Amino acid sequence: MLRDITLGQYYPANSVIHRLDPRVKLLGTLLFIVSLFSLKGITALAVATVFLVTVIKLSKVPFRFMVKGLRAIVILMLITAFFNLFLTPGEPLVSFWKFKITAPGIRNAVLMAIRLTYLILGTSIMTLTTTPNQLTAGLEKALRPLGKIGVPVHAISMMMSIALRFIPILIEETDKIMKAQMARGADFESGSLIRKVKSMVPLLVPLFVAAFRRADDLAMAMEARCYHGGEGRTQLKPLRYQGRDRLAYLILLAYLAGIFLCRHFLPWPQV
Amino acid sequence: MSIILDKVNYIYSPGTSHQVQALKDINLEIKDGQFIGVIGHTGSGKSTLIQHFNGLVKATSGTIYFNGEDIYAKDFDLKELRTRVGLVFQYPEHQLFETTIFDDVCFGPKNQGLSKEKAGLRAFEALRSVGLSEEVYYHSPFELSGGQKRRVAIAGVLAMKPEVLILDEPTAGLDPAGRDEILQLLRELHRERGITVILVSHSMEDVADYVERIIVMNQGSIMLDDIPREIFLHYRDLEAVGLAAPQVTYLMHELRERGLAVDVGATTLAQAKDTILKVFVR
Repeated sequence: MLRDITLGQYYPANSVIHRLDPRVKLLGTLLFIVSLFSLKGITALAVATVFLVTVIKLSKVPFRFMVKGLRAIVILMLITAFFNLFLTPGEPLVSFWKFKITAPGIRNAVLMAIRLTYLILGTSIMTLTTTPNQLTAGLEKALRPLGKIGVPVHAISMMMSIALRFIPILIEETDKIMKAQMARGADFESGSLIRKVKSMVPLLVPLFVAAFRRADDLAMAMEARCYHGGEGRTQLKPLRYQGRDRLAYLILLAYLAGIFLCRHFLPWPQV
Repeated sequence: MSIILDKVNYIYSPGTSHQVQALKDINLEIKDGQFIGVIGHTGSGKSTLIQHFNGLVKATSGTIYFNGEDIYAKDFDLKELRTRVGLVFQYPEHQLFETTIFDDVCFGPKNQGLSKEKAGLRAFEALRSVGLSEEVYYHSPFELSGGQKRRVAIAGVLAMKPEVLILDEPTAGLDPAGRDEILQLLRELHRERGITVILVSHSMEDVADYVERIIVMNQGSIMLDDIPREIFLHYRDLEAVGLAAPQVTYLMHELRERGLAVDVGATTLAQAKDTILKVFVR
């Protein structure tokens, strides 16, 4: 049941997307999200869709693997769609009591749902095709200039990589603890909300204890291997841009130009 | 009364590149009152197998019967099954959560719907039977040593009065004294209460002296299923899958090769002593 969480999970495959420099994927994801929320008109949406579908196809990650990640945000999507549907001002199409549904409301609701879906899919593509190590290495290198103004870039990226690394471990641990408590007759599913919250205690206490123990062990193991922070630390596989990374940047640029052109010349329908 | 597994298969993460078949066509009958050892190296499927016995894991295909009832039937009460087939996991840290040992052991009986008093009585009984001294009953379970934590974990399951007790690697990480104490405790529980005990381990040494039947798992299938004496005669096959027979077996075979007419099927120290003495007395 807990294995269904895809966010932050790497899907091993041999594809061009997997081989891209993590910095390209990071910037690409960021720009893709920006493009999603600045696009105007149905043509731009089509461009974004083609772009996303192409990247997903290239990545060789099974589509249903990504869809699993969507389940987590269904509630959020419903709430957003609800507010957009009922609270967008305009000429009402249908109205009852204090609610009215307007044409721009429907448009906004649909568009927002599409945007959120694409956002999750886009970020899943990044995390599914990039190992946490690559991701933080990319982040560290990309943010290195900030170190000059006193931002602890290395510390931040180290914390991030540890956090990401621990997600699957803690998920697995949660699974084991749940089983151990279920073997003693614990019930995590039925009952009222208060009962459900209470039933979490036998799960959370061992989980926290385990997390602290692991953190202690990790700190000790790092110190035992003379870890002393980022100063003068070199990397086993330093990141260097390849030809395909430059090409990817060009494609990204072309995509953004496409979105920009649509925004100015084909902004139909206006939303 | 028994647990029967009929053509049970289990596949982890089906349909992904992580797909692993953990169990392949398992047919098995666990009769009442047996003391069974499940042996296999890491990843052989033994832990997955035992999680089927109390319905924690649902088989990808196949059926499991508990006392003749299909446990995957819609109206079957899995929660009750779990209290009748008690499962103690390898790491006690995964289940200890209360502020005192006593409260922690009460968790199981309370989930069975017993009153506070009855659950307390059960907890006392269970804690006494695992041999914990009364002065620690109200200490925090996190202050205990590894062996004591394991006892508390076993008590936590025993307090539900299960008919079958399954333990996953109960001796892992314990020193030899702690190991013997836990195994001795299991033997007593088996003899005095007549409950079925299933012991999972990767060490032959652990189980050879205690169990009456050994199931050897290899790559998700049952490789051997017999009494210890017969199992250890296959010690070359066991070595081939990364397991080893008890040292006594090796000694007996060595002696036989050098011309002593000892019984190579001896599995415990006592049996070895008998057969060696017999050769010399004659």
